[in-house]
Amino acid sequence: MDKVIALTAVTKAFGPVRALGGVDFAIAPGEVVGLVGHNGAGKSTMVNIMMGTFPPTEGRVERGAAGEIRCVFQELSLCLNLDAAENTRLIHRSLRGLGWRRRARAMIAGRLDAIFPGHGIPPEAKLSDLPIGQRQMVEIARAFTAAEGEGPLAMVILDEPTSALGEEATQQFLAYVRKAAGEGVAIVLITHRLNEIYAVSHRIVVMKDGRSVAEGPSAELPKERLVELMGGHAVPVEGEDIPAVATRKTDPNAPVMVTLPGAVPVEARKGDIIGFTGLDGHGQREALVAIQTEGRGAKAATAFVAGDRQADGVLPVWSIAQNLTISCLATIRRGAFLSPAAERAFAEEWRERIGIRMRDIDQPLTELSGGNQQKVLFARALAAPAPIVLLDDPMRGVDVGTKAEVYQTIRNEADAGRTFVWFSTELEELENCDRVYVFREGAPVACIPREALSQDAIIAASFQS
Amino acid sequence: MSVAPARAARRLSLPPSAYGFIAAALLWGGTMLLSDGRGGIEMLSVALSFSIFSVAVGTGQMFVIASGPGNIDLSCPAVITLCAYVSMNLMGGADGMLPVGLIAALVLGGVIGLVNYGLVRALKIPPIIATLAASFVVTSLAMWYGGESTVRPPQALSDFMIWRVGGVQVALILALIGSGVVHLVLHRTVYGRSLLALGQNARAAQLAGIRVGFVRMTAYAVSGMMAGLCGFLLAGFTGGAALNMGEAYLMESVAVAVLGGTSVAGGRASAFGIWGAALFLSLLVTLLNSTGLGAGARYLFTGLTILVVIFFATERRK
Repeated sequence: MDKVIALTAVTKAFGPVRALGGVDFAIAPGEVVGLVGHNGAGKSTMVNIMMGTFPPTEGRVERGAAGEIRCVFQELSLCLNLDAAENTRLIHRSLRGLGWRRRARAMIAGRLDAIFPGHGIPPEAKLSDLPIGQRQMVEIARAFTAAEGEGPLAMVILDEPTSALGEEATQQFLAYVRKAAGEGVAIVLITHRLNEIYAVSHRIVVMKDGRSVAEGPSAELPKERLVELMGGHAVPVEGEDIPAVATRKTDPNAPVMVTLPGAVPVEARKGDIIGFTGLDGHGQREALVAIQTEGRGAKAATAFVAGDRQADGVLPVWSIAQNLTISCLATIRRGAFLSPAAERAFAEEWRERIGIRMRDIDQPLTELSGGNQQKVLFARALAAPAPIVLLDDPMRGVDVGTKAEVYQTIRNEADAGRTFVWFSTELEELENCDRVYVFREGAPVACIPREALSQDAIIAASFQS
Repeated sequence: MSVAPARAARRLSLPPSAYGFIAAALLWGGTMLLSDGRGGIEMLSVALSFSIFSVAVGTGQMFVIASGPGNIDLSCPAVITLCAYVSMNLMGGADGMLPVGLIAALVLGGVIGLVNYGLVRALKIPPIIATLAASFVVTSLAMWYGGESTVRPPQALSDFMIWRVGGVQVALILALIGSGVVHLVLHRTVYGRSLLALGQNARAAQLAGIRVGFVRMTAYAVSGMMAGLCGFLLAGFTGGAALNMGEAYLMESVAVAVLGGTSVAGGRASAFGIWGAALFLSLLVTLLNSTGLGAGARYLFTGLTILVVIFFATERRK
């Protein structure tokens, strides 16, 4: 086989969720392939299957000539308490015996010099002491190191490798990618910066909804076409139609509640529902947490609905009622003490209003299904005396029926004067917003009003051209 | 910081706070069998008297441990000693100075608790190190301030500690009432709820709008105050302050809190559970003392017994 790796009709399911729906992909030595797609298109799953992190559910994965496959991760995979040489040792078993440190240091320093001349990284510095850009350089250089006595380097997968690199380092990196490919290394490049894809790729693969929807030489797939292919028009699923959202009336003179600086400054007024979107991990969540913990804009109480329920929301020791009332304890206090009767009545009222399916409010929250846990967290925020409610991608793992109910609740609350800031990457959810701010690299870069909202518009703003 | 979702790996029908009482009952029952039931009530009464001190310092420790994984106050022995010296010296044996001595012990303990939290927070030192380091400083202060001199406690304090009405120790009743108040604070006030939420998941608590820093700071202050109270009462009971008076309470404060149902994973605490654990430990000490074993063997047995009981009583994750 003259391919480095070939996937044939590969599918991957996580429980009921189908992350890959039959992908064919192959790459030859010395080839550079750009892999593009929106959130949830299946890029990460495909990378994990090529790396052997988990096996495919169906289909075949064939490896060609012997050689290592390495991956540069978007979330860097370095140990921050070690220096560059020690981190290099982690992936090279052959670096052992006397003098391993010297050899490891020579190996990584040589590669850093080759890729990023003038990088200025002190070889003995712990990674935690380096700025994020230099860490990313170490991560990239490490992936391209080859040790004697080990197999040659066959392929490197680069997942958003330049997000922390400066302009000069990025150009150096792109030049090195061409050089490595010239030496026979296969390269897969995943990035939201389309110009980088065009700068080095021979071929582009577009993924969408777990499939590769287009593939061709870079020259034959212009940027506009890519954006169109990544977004496209999802085929509506019968029976799952959510009724078209009626446009809301918002008051342009209402007091401003939330502001954030940026190329396109964020502004949310009383009664607004605004959306944050863009590719996952581009600063939307950080912006929400900053609003919640430090405040941005008007001095008003905020309530937060966590999307990562276990990490950010659930109090696992407690009952549903206790979880529900934690943000509004003042309202169930009678004198100095909390009133169990008032707490019960309050929890029952919200159970009714949000339609939480449970046995009784004293059962542990962790016994509920994910969707119902999410409803409790919703109720917690809505019950809080806070004029601003922040939603951190709150519909993860929530069923269609629940979603429709929650959408309605949010709209009612907004009509009653509450302000919602809603981070989501799903178009269907964003359609409930009056306008949507697209984030890229940590800051809002575009504002799309409800009337102009489409997947294409979001993708065009998410990917830097 | 994240909490394992499947905490209910092992669901027990008994609340965690019950285990101290069960262990104490078994130990007492066993002793009664061996001694044909003689002296049972006396033994229990003595054990309860001694429990007051470990309950006081253990209650403070409970606040700190419940505020989240990794939080612990190892400075209590030093605080007990220093507060005992300071309050005894201030009172100088005069009955009229009792309120002054009590307030001094509470305030000094509370201030040391605040310093502990300050070290943890500002210098980002793990609590186990910060409070241990603070305890060395506090111990040095006690040596410098108190040294060998022993000021007798006011007679009224000594009398109060052994005052019995109808055979029941008054200090014991007051201590039980105190635990009742702590129970209410933990479960029926905004502060208590905030503390327990913080202990379960600090990030979730913060995002739910709880002032995480303030709540944890208060927990350390309460721990210092309870250690100060313990030192004040203990000096009154034993006839004055002594440099080694706090020693036993390092292990004991943690043991009674954990055995009494406080989860080291944070977020679970029981004001009354501590009584069972304290009673158990007091009975164990009484029993071992009566066997005539050497100090080494007694320590060995105490340590082993605590290990075994905590092994059975605490919830473990998979």
